[in-house]
Amino acid sequence: MSTIETFYDVMRRQGITRRSFMKYCSLTAAALGLGPAYVPKIAEAMETKPRTPVIWVHGLECTCCSESFIRSAHPLAKDVVLSMISLDYDDTLMAAAGTAAEAALQDTIEKYKGNYILAVEGNPPLNEDGMFCIVGGKPFVEQLKHAAEHAKAIISWGACASYGCVQAAAPNPTRATPVHKVITDKPIIKVPGCPPIAEVMTGVITYMLTFDRLPELDRQGRPAMFYSQRIHDKCYRRPHFDAGQFVEHWDDDYARKGYCLYKMGCKGPTTYNACSTVRWNDGVSFPIQSGHGCIGCSEDGFWDQGSFYDRLTNIKQFGIEANADKVGGTAAAVVGGAVAVHAAVSALKRAQKKNEEA
Amino acid sequence: MSDKIFHPAREAHEIFEASRLTGDATLADLESIRHSTSVYVYQAPVRIWHWVNALAITVLCVTGYLIGRPLPTMQIAEAYDQFVMGYVRFAHFAAAMILTVGFFGRIYWAFVGNSHARQMFYVPIFNPRFWRELLWELRWYMFLEKHPKKYVGHNPLAHVAMFCFMTLGLTFMIGTGWALYAEGAGQGSLPDTAMGWLLGLVQNSQRLHTLHHLGMWAIVIFMIIHIYAAIREDIMSRQSMVSTMISGHRMFKDDRID
Repeated sequence: MSTIETFYDVMRRQGITRRSFMKYCSLTAAALGLGPAYVPKIAEAMETKPRTPVIWVHGLECTCCSESFIRSAHPLAKDVVLSMISLDYDDTLMAAAGTAAEAALQDTIEKYKGNYILAVEGNPPLNEDGMFCIVGGKPFVEQLKHAAEHAKAIISWGACASYGCVQAAAPNPTRATPVHKVITDKPIIKVPGCPPIAEVMTGVITYMLTFDRLPELDRQGRPAMFYSQRIHDKCYRRPHFDAGQFVEHWDDDYARKGYCLYKMGCKGPTTYNACSTVRWNDGVSFPIQSGHGCIGCSEDGFWDQGSFYDRLTNIKQFGIEANADKVGGTAAAVVGGAVAVHAAVSALKRAQKKNEEA
Repeated sequence: MSDKIFHPAREAHEIFEASRLTGDATLADLESIRHSTSVYVYQAPVRIWHWVNALAITVLCVTGYLIGRPLPTMQIAEAYDQFVMGYVRFAHFAAAMILTVGFFGRIYWAFVGNSHARQMFYVPIFNPRFWRELLWELRWYMFLEKHPKKYVGHNPLAHVAMFCFMTLGLTFMIGTGWALYAEGAGQGSLPDTAMGWLLGLVQNSQRLHTLHHLGMWAIVIFMIIHIYAAIREDIMSRQSMVSTMISGHRMFKDDRID
């Protein structure tokens, strides 16, 4: 391990000034919700710790996580993170291919047994012995298990690795399975989203490398600093929600005024992510700011929650186009009708009985 | 000595004199009020809980529906001066807290109250006789039995309905409701510590919303049946119903034994 350079060495070698380096440390501390006292700690860790090797494997996925990752808003963050995580294997980003690439994977596993971080993008399909996703001539699930065996920790990038995403949507023909259901004996950190926000991804990695431990996780195994609140809780359109001012139709006057998109099926109130604070593309915007509701991409099974444009979710068990109000309203109407009929029969019976007695 | 033997304090012609003076009481009436009895069934805390609970549920159903399907957009003032959805949600949460406190109070009363206060919380499912009586009561509702039976507390059918929709139903609604409230209260808050695990169990908050919403409709259906059955029983059964939940006394209309 001693032969590996420190993060700081790498940064300096890349022509990053110390001033920029300190800026990066402050930015990272702020992004992670840490106080100013942590800036020198991050700097010290960067200056003295050897880089941690990362193996980045790809299962069933669309590479949107990688695309997001390399577009981290602060260019320095991207450069630093990409170089500091001595990315020893990433079949999308690495130069090597074929046998050489697979050899690099094996080398890294053996060289850093128990010390490397396994980043998983996408998930393994388990049906047909995993034949729906082949990497290097073998089912991906085998590569995943092999690489996970000696990993220190696993990062599940995106909705695919965390929850299954679109390939696991009902009826899930390939039985695409999230990572934590295949690897059960390693600490796993979920970073859901389709894709996750770039700053969230770099922030998680920086935290793990700086403090040498997993960040605080919530009940679902997501880093609490980015996923502990809903989009809705920090949405800039929230005052319109509380006022009861909603967009009623796309392109109506209320839409132009930027009212709340709740009635248009915005999933902000049920989605845990940092979009409404961190935003996307260098903090330019996020879906709601662009006038479209949140689709809830960082939630478990978000493809199976009915239309992106309905407030009330369709419940498939009750037919194709039924939501809670339709199911409940119909049941209430049926019961109400039955009660009315029953009351009428009761009245008749009672009258009949009185006649008999009279 | 002779304390245990009933000695009318008055002469026979003075008994029920007041009733006779009104002029409408027949001899059969007087005979009847001499026989008919009442039982004190619902103690004051149970009655108070019933009506507070009924009011809270009504508020919760209306406001809950309006949270799922908000009122049309109103432009009374600028957003910072207008709080329509906010008040709807406030009413929902306030009623929910009253309902929760009431439910815990009701559970407490099951321990310290009379035997009727306990009936709602258990169903004697292992007693075959109970199931036979349940079937009998079903037959009464299907007009297959000519005369109803006398019950002091809930009849077996009402007993099961009360257990399923109130004991289990309210537990479900309070549980899911507080889990949803915990989302806004934030991680580490008391509601989150108490009920946040439920969201972890259901995984997706949207699913939790749908379950809570369906629960509301179950309660609405119960309300329809409950109010209808109470009024119908009051008229057609052999004991009082509606007034019992006001006075606590179950009054019986005849002195026949079943």
